[in-house]
Amino acid sequence: MYSIGYHDAGTPASVSTKSVRVEIDGQSLQVPEGTSIMRAASEAGVSVPKLCATDTLKSFGSCRLCLVEIEGRKGYPASCTTQVADGMKIRTQSPKLSELRHGVMELYISDHPLDCVTCPANGHCELQNMAEVCGVTETRYGLAGEKHAGLEKDQTNPYFVFDPNMCIACSRCVRACDETQGTLALTMAGRGFESQISASQDQDFIDSECVSCGACVEACPTAALSETTLAVQGQPTRSVATTCAYCGVGCSFKAEIKDGPKGAEVVRMAPNRDGHANHGHACVKGRFAFGYATHPDRVTQPMIRKRISDPWREVSWDEAIGYAAQEFKRIQAEHGKYSVGGITSSRCTNEETFLVQKLVRAAFANNNVDTCARVCHSPTGYGLKHTLGESAGTQEFDSVMQADVIMVIGANPTEGHPVFASQMKRRLRQGAKLIILDPRAIGLVRAPHIEADYHLQLRPGTNVALINALAHVVVTEGLARDEYIAERCEAASYAKWKQFIADPGNSPEQTEAATGVPAALVRAAARLYAGANNGAIYYGLGVTEHSQGSTMVMGIANLAMATGNLGRAGVGVSPLRGQNNVQGACDMGSFPHEFSGYRHVSDTTVRGLFESAWQVRLESEPGLRIPNMFDAALDGSFRGMYIQGEDLAQSDPNTNHVVAALTALECLVVQDLFLNETAKYAHVFLPGSSFLEKNGTFTNAERRISRVRKAIEPLAGLEDWEVTMKLSKALGYEMNYRHPSEIMDEIARLTPTFTGVSYEKLDRLGSIQWPCNDAAPDGTPTMHVSQFVRGKGKFYVTEYVPTDERTSSRYPLILTTGRVLSQYNVGAQTRRTANNRWHDEDRLEIHPHDAESRGIREGDWTGISSRAGDTVMRATLTERVQPGVVYTTFHFPESGANVVTTDNSDWATNCPEYKVTAVQVALVSQPESWRARSIAARQRPRVTETQ
Amino acid sequence: MHIDHLVKMTNEIATFFASESTPADAPREVASHLTKFWDPRMRREIIAYGQQGGAGLSDLARSAVNMLVMPAPR
Repeated sequence: MYSIGYHDAGTPASVSTKSVRVEIDGQSLQVPEGTSIMRAASEAGVSVPKLCATDTLKSFGSCRLCLVEIEGRKGYPASCTTQVADGMKIRTQSPKLSELRHGVMELYISDHPLDCVTCPANGHCELQNMAEVCGVTETRYGLAGEKHAGLEKDQTNPYFVFDPNMCIACSRCVRACDETQGTLALTMAGRGFESQISASQDQDFIDSECVSCGACVEACPTAALSETTLAVQGQPTRSVATTCAYCGVGCSFKAEIKDGPKGAEVVRMAPNRDGHANHGHACVKGRFAFGYATHPDRVTQPMIRKRISDPWREVSWDEAIGYAAQEFKRIQAEHGKYSVGGITSSRCTNEETFLVQKLVRAAFANNNVDTCARVCHSPTGYGLKHTLGESAGTQEFDSVMQADVIMVIGANPTEGHPVFASQMKRRLRQGAKLIILDPRAIGLVRAPHIEADYHLQLRPGTNVALINALAHVVVTEGLARDEYIAERCEAASYAKWKQFIADPGNSPEQTEAATGVPAALVRAAARLYAGANNGAIYYGLGVTEHSQGSTMVMGIANLAMATGNLGRAGVGVSPLRGQNNVQGACDMGSFPHEFSGYRHVSDTTVRGLFESAWQVRLESEPGLRIPNMFDAALDGSFRGMYIQGEDLAQSDPNTNHVVAALTALECLVVQDLFLNETAKYAHVFLPGSSFLEKNGTFTNAERRISRVRKAIEPLAGLEDWEVTMKLSKALGYEMNYRHPSEIMDEIARLTPTFTGVSYEKLDRLGSIQWPCNDAAPDGTPTMHVSQFVRGKGKFYVTEYVPTDERTSSRYPLILTTGRVLSQYNVGAQTRRTANNRWHDEDRLEIHPHDAESRGIREGDWTGISSRAGDTVMRATLTERVQPGVVYTTFHFPESGANVVTTDNSDWATNCPEYKVTAVQVALVSQPESWRARSIAARQRPRVTETQ
Repeated sequence: MHIDHLVKMTNEIATFFASESTPADAPREVASHLTKFWDPRMRREIIAYGQQGGAGLSDLARSAVNMLVMPAPR
């Protein structure tokens, strides 16, 4: 069932620029060449009856309900599979057509349950609607014949039910799984009357290859596949367009709501078919895992306590805000104004992050503000700013549909960015080539109808050596686009880089010893990428979370510039951002050294602009980054912290170090939905509001600003931006905004790349990709088109420097980390949903050879030790990881994945090196004693850190 | 701040600019990076450490630290 109120045009729009004129039921109109008759009719306001057609899927022509008459042609062609032709005259209504449709509908109805009143799709069932349209109130075949009745429902999936009794065999679910999602988990098994939808090899949905994206549920015209919430909560009655709060794809949704005695409640999240980032698709998190917003664990009452060993005391908003402000003022009075700071959140809106950094700069009067992007994509900002001139990806997602060669580096799109992965897979099925650089065999290496042309399975920590080797081949084999470079890039920097990269030390043969990637594969992959008309690079945290993260980003930009793959659709360098608003949090001035729009705090002109607008003197020196804050907390020069919407104690590396720092703080204020791990060390807890409870905007990985709209009232009574305003006022710096639109207006006044952004324009255009200003009033899908933002592109010498984190006889394996599809980041949201059915613990992936030598079998508890700490997890034996490498996720606090990661970091930005930790893994017979040892170590601050 | 940590970070910055920049420009590039991205208290500590000999700092890192201007006390 697609979203309520949506008018389905039946078949996808034609992209042809040529048009033809046709006549439909006497009405003349012009439509693009290649348009189906069904869609043309829809554009003329004529709804042709249909069941197997929907505008997100290719026409199929199986239901025989959409028959039409065409003047001068025999028969009754299906309007979904017949394209218009110039001068065509079409009739969609006639006595004969009515008779034919009536007969078809009678057959459908004769084999369908007639319990519409109790059906979850009642009122939104296409079969029900078509029966009414065709005037079928009874069937001449009777109801006594053989039917698909009494078949067992599949209720194994927590989010939807498959009721084969309701199925009309239209194949929309199968086609949605194939065309929209690209998993190909469903099929029509059997023949004739025995035809039946089958998940994988006739398995239950939960055990099949189904990834629960819900595309099949949305495509189903009946209640054969329907959300469980519809049966429990009933039909929604209205919807609010908003933006998903999970990954950086930023899917647009219609939050479908039912108003009841307890207020509004969300029944479904239906992906918005007009959504520019997702085009009507969604994943298991965005579509289904929204129940956390009303989970009983939500804390909706402010709380305070004097010491972290004290019990929490529930207080009013005013008391909590007053206490927090009083403590921050006391600390600043006793230890100086630089002794406090704040953290903005990549999960909160642009307007909220802007306010938190404004509070720190204006009310705290220092620049000790940072954001969780510090620990994920800060090297992207540094690397792309220096090489190209802007701290953001270069493309829109749709650009991938014009890519001929796609290079995926250190990203796992099918798990981390599933909706974009589906689009990428669509392009790959059309024939684009695929190169993957990853230590692990991610899902894209081999999937239905997809196989990577080259998987360069490098050793963790050797990214820069590998990107240099690829560039070496480009330069030394004459594959560089000299004309493009001469026109677009700095000649001196290119000459210097060319000399560096051509050095035999960077050749695939020389770097093979470090990377472990056979030289022949590197050469072949380089030739493929460099030879493409359009080569596009997509990368993730496997690039940034290294000691050379920034160097690697520069290396990627070097490679793209050298091959002319920047500045048009189909090419580019695109970071896949982990959280929903990482890009936005960075744009909004969350880093300690820069204001919104990436302008340094030492710039007197820029600072003057903000001082004038905010009527306060601002600091010209950079403040502390998150890891610096931890160090400063341990040396006593940093004693108070305001954290909005982040869980540093779980997400940041070297947990023991983080906990020691948090414990040392005199005032920690946590604003969150839940009492997270960090809140264990907090003195003030301020209830947060979920994305369903507030207004604002998110900016996704393609720089697309999209509206977040309030669907339900805030459970704790205040939206997050209102809480920040109250705290700022209590600190003595008053902010007066009546609505987040006024915050955005201020952002637009102060930020050159946002000059043209307003809520009015966002409502009108649907979304906007910045830069949006006088030069680009509707936004900028592709950056660096005529020239780079910095003018000429700059090549940087990217010498490979091995990380300090080395294996040894004591720590012989390398641990690297990542994500799974069903969970998100620290799991605070997804762990409080039925997504746990797919992944209810973090597992350690280990190669069978490494497991065998340690006596470890599938499911065994293992102890993982590093130079930073110890933890325990159960083992999964898999050849996805190479020998010598182990892998895990960090979604569950009890697994303590970050207890073992170290505080090594990127040289330029201090982004932690999550991806390389030397460990030993051993079979553990008593996991609880290991876990207890680990927890005890975390709770016991190290003497050296407290001195 | 742990001085060992500051020394490690400074050396890593210096390593990048040692290859990216010319020997003449590299100290200024490293110093510029520290000025742009380091909180003054961190710079004060590394400068004071450099003034005491800067053991553990690479030659380039030490040259860069010696170029830094001591931030005013606050």
